[in-house]
Amino acid sequence: MVASVDAPEKMVGKAIKRREDPRLITGAGQFIDDLRMPGMLHIGLVRSPLAHAKIKSIDLSPALSMPGVVAAFTGEDFLDLNPLPAAWQAGGVTNHAVTPRVLAVNEVHLAGDPVAVVIAEDQYLARDAAEAVIVEYEELPVVVDAKKAAEAGAPQLHEEAPNNIVLEWSCGKDAEVVDKALADADVTAGLHIINQRLIPTPMEPRGSVARYDPGTGDYTLWITSQAPHVMRLLIAAFVLGIPEQKIRTISPDIGGGFGAKIFCYYDMPLTMAISKKLDGRPIKFFEDRVENYVSTTHGRDHISDVEVGATNDGKITALKVKTWANIGAYFSTIAAGIPTTLYGRMIAGCYKIPNIRVDVTATYTNTAMVDAYRGAGRPEAAYLIERVCDAVAAATGIDPAEVRRQNFIQPEDFPYDTGIGMLPYDSGDYERALDKALDLAGYTDLRAEQKRRIEAGEQKLLGIGLSSYVEVCGVAPSKWIGLGGEGWGAGLWESANIRVQLTGKTVVTTGSLPHGQGHETTFAQLVSDKLGIPYDDIQIKHSDSLGTPFGFGSYGSRSLTVGGTAIYKTTDKVIDKVKKLGAHMLEASEADVEFEHGKVFVKGSPDAAKSIQEIAAAAHVAYDLPEGMEPFLDETTYYDPPNCTFPFGTHVCVVEIDNDSGEVDIVKYLAVDDVGNVINPLIVGGQLHGGIAQGLAQALYEGAYYDDDGQLLTGSLSDYAIPKASQVPWYDLDSTVTPSPVNPMGAKGAGEAGTIASTPAVGNAVVDAVKHLGVNNIQMPMTPERIWTAINEAR
Amino acid sequence: MSATVAQNVVPVDITVNGVEHHAEVEPRQLLVHFLRETLGLTGTHVGCDTSSCGACTIHLDGKAVKSCTVLTAQADGASITTIEGMATDGQLHPVQEGFWEEHGLQCGYCTPGMIMAASAFLETNPDPTEDEIRHALEGNLCRCTGYQNIVKAIQYAAKKG
Repeated sequence: MVASVDAPEKMVGKAIKRREDPRLITGAGQFIDDLRMPGMLHIGLVRSPLAHAKIKSIDLSPALSMPGVVAAFTGEDFLDLNPLPAAWQAGGVTNHAVTPRVLAVNEVHLAGDPVAVVIAEDQYLARDAAEAVIVEYEELPVVVDAKKAAEAGAPQLHEEAPNNIVLEWSCGKDAEVVDKALADADVTAGLHIINQRLIPTPMEPRGSVARYDPGTGDYTLWITSQAPHVMRLLIAAFVLGIPEQKIRTISPDIGGGFGAKIFCYYDMPLTMAISKKLDGRPIKFFEDRVENYVSTTHGRDHISDVEVGATNDGKITALKVKTWANIGAYFSTIAAGIPTTLYGRMIAGCYKIPNIRVDVTATYTNTAMVDAYRGAGRPEAAYLIERVCDAVAAATGIDPAEVRRQNFIQPEDFPYDTGIGMLPYDSGDYERALDKALDLAGYTDLRAEQKRRIEAGEQKLLGIGLSSYVEVCGVAPSKWIGLGGEGWGAGLWESANIRVQLTGKTVVTTGSLPHGQGHETTFAQLVSDKLGIPYDDIQIKHSDSLGTPFGFGSYGSRSLTVGGTAIYKTTDKVIDKVKKLGAHMLEASEADVEFEHGKVFVKGSPDAAKSIQEIAAAAHVAYDLPEGMEPFLDETTYYDPPNCTFPFGTHVCVVEIDNDSGEVDIVKYLAVDDVGNVINPLIVGGQLHGGIAQGLAQALYEGAYYDDDGQLLTGSLSDYAIPKASQVPWYDLDSTVTPSPVNPMGAKGAGEAGTIASTPAVGNAVVDAVKHLGVNNIQMPMTPERIWTAINEAR
Repeated sequence: MSATVAQNVVPVDITVNGVEHHAEVEPRQLLVHFLRETLGLTGTHVGCDTSSCGACTIHLDGKAVKSCTVLTAQADGASITTIEGMATDGQLHPVQEGFWEEHGLQCGYCTPGMIMAASAFLETNPDPTEDEIRHALEGNLCRCTGYQNIVKAIQYAAKKG
């Protein structure tokens, strides 16, 4: 390039501070609980205290007689609303999808099921009034365990789902083929893995505020949703049966989601229907934490039996998995996709395994619905295959790092088809990430120190855990994920619109949206570099169905890879028009001009350039446009990705375990992640930190438990152990960069990687510390009591 | 809460962010609801009902307290600072600045409580170790950051003095 044009500061790749932060650190954020509207009424829900019961009678009159109570309703009052939709039914199998109504009718299926609603002038009174409602129940038997639910004689939840079976699904080769491969293996190992139930716990619970306009018949619905466009579609088309355009959905600032805020919940259509019944008074529902824990979705809850076969030199030849997945009391919005597509089809991890069979039975139980939680299927798969690698190491006597190395898919193998129905992995260099991690961790020295402590009989045992993970991000191409394939009702594309206005100030609207990930910053960095428009002149608008093009929402680490690509492609369209108009203004042919750093100029003559701002002004005033050109710089893209993306890496966790007490101390945590090219390293680092913390918390602390009566024993933040600052280690982050060929930015996605990688890294470290005692498995959470028990039973 | 509902009310005089307020409140009203509902100061958040999460942390007579665990009536005569009162003359408090500089927040829901807890802590321990910072945050939960950048944010503020 001969020409030299003043380059604005390059933004992509810079760790710039987030533009979202000033409002959030000064208390000026606007979360759903902060909305104030004249005449707004509050909801109090009457929830079943029993996990399974027939509703005999409901007496609303004690609530209705309280001053300040405006109305009260039961499920019978909303029979005109359809049950909530099941948007993802696993492909190729029968799905016995039973979804909840806005309020339970006739029968409740979990403790916390809402059966009636009161509406009052303030939130204290709404709760008092809800407590005053008298409900008579006839108790029914309860089942809470996924495997027991499918056994003969188990209590039955839904007539439509005999034996409580939601679906039976499989992937991989015929069972006989895999059985034979197991029989032929040099060594075999078995594992029983309980991937325990977790509660997502965004710090902000969920809520809805609805306002019906009696004049137009339109609704506005503010929701804590990761997918406001999808909610609008689902509620309009499937629950209310009204045109989509009658509903405007808005997600205000959202206080974390982690998957739990993707789904269509009862309170969304319920608040809308009540607002209509009450002539348009705004209706507010905001969960307290106990309600969040009993009635918002949970995650994981798999029981698996695993058999693995390998050669004497550690090559895995066969893997057979049977999993029981707990779906909870009803079928949540995309529940069927989690233990099937996103789990079974990722079970191979980073490895070439010639014979795989996965069978999944998903069952209903009298518990909270289970759906996507950060990682969604992939953490379950990664934990399983990474524990399998260590089991193969134990069975063959080969170092766990070498087992992984023996089985890795190699760089020249990409795109790589694992043969179990996943899309081809896009790109990777798994060994490079492993080697870097081992080197940075000082792996050889750690192994020597571990041996020394064992031989010296020291009280503090050292455990070294490895996790070489790969995950699937950027869901998903329509041809694969849609109804004809994996069973989601539509292709998961994204959209963007860019308008460069008369002044050069630029508005980008996106169907994607943040709930803490900093889209307003990252997307503006991307657009600034592409269009050469100063970062501060670009605003990213999102989260309002009225002002943004349709998008499928933020989950599955898809915001940048799918939503960002839609923006990227829109900048290309803007540049095309800018070049056409710029050439016209320069009285040159379009073929002779270039666009660089926000300027159009004739090749070799950068001094006579027209800036994008000048061109935007010309496009807006529009009195001298080329023949046939429309006024204004305004372009839109709908982008259906050709493939998913597959981030990977190796995490190393080093723990010290007290021989006597079973206490665990993470003394080192090192992560080498390859998320492809990075727009903002500060934000990616934050995503990895938070992900690692959530994953290690599954390994060591968290677990949601029900008693045999279906009462949630971990029903508050004082019972459910999300980690505190003193319970997590310092995270050392490093990276390799293998760009994804799937999108023009080469990005792979970073939102879930930490969670997927860290659970097995920590779990393997704990087992590794005590394996010389004969311990080969400990169930999560690996509490001091469980570790102590494992040590003492082995002795 | 609305006067139409309350059978009994108690009068309170409370100074919030330097402004004196007189109000008549339900005896059972939690201070966090007085701040949020009566005064409209919605920067103080509610994240649990067991005094576990600390999202509602404010300064009451200079001490960090969880405003979900104090009755408005108990705060009669007190001077309160909320997150809205932390920046002065458009200048961020060093802890606020630290959170921005060090990416100490993601969704921002726990952040006001974190900032209030951390700023009160630094008053008592202006030069803390990492371990002391982590233990000072025992009463504040964050689900997004994994805490590392919160620790760095507080170290940033401590360094700034």
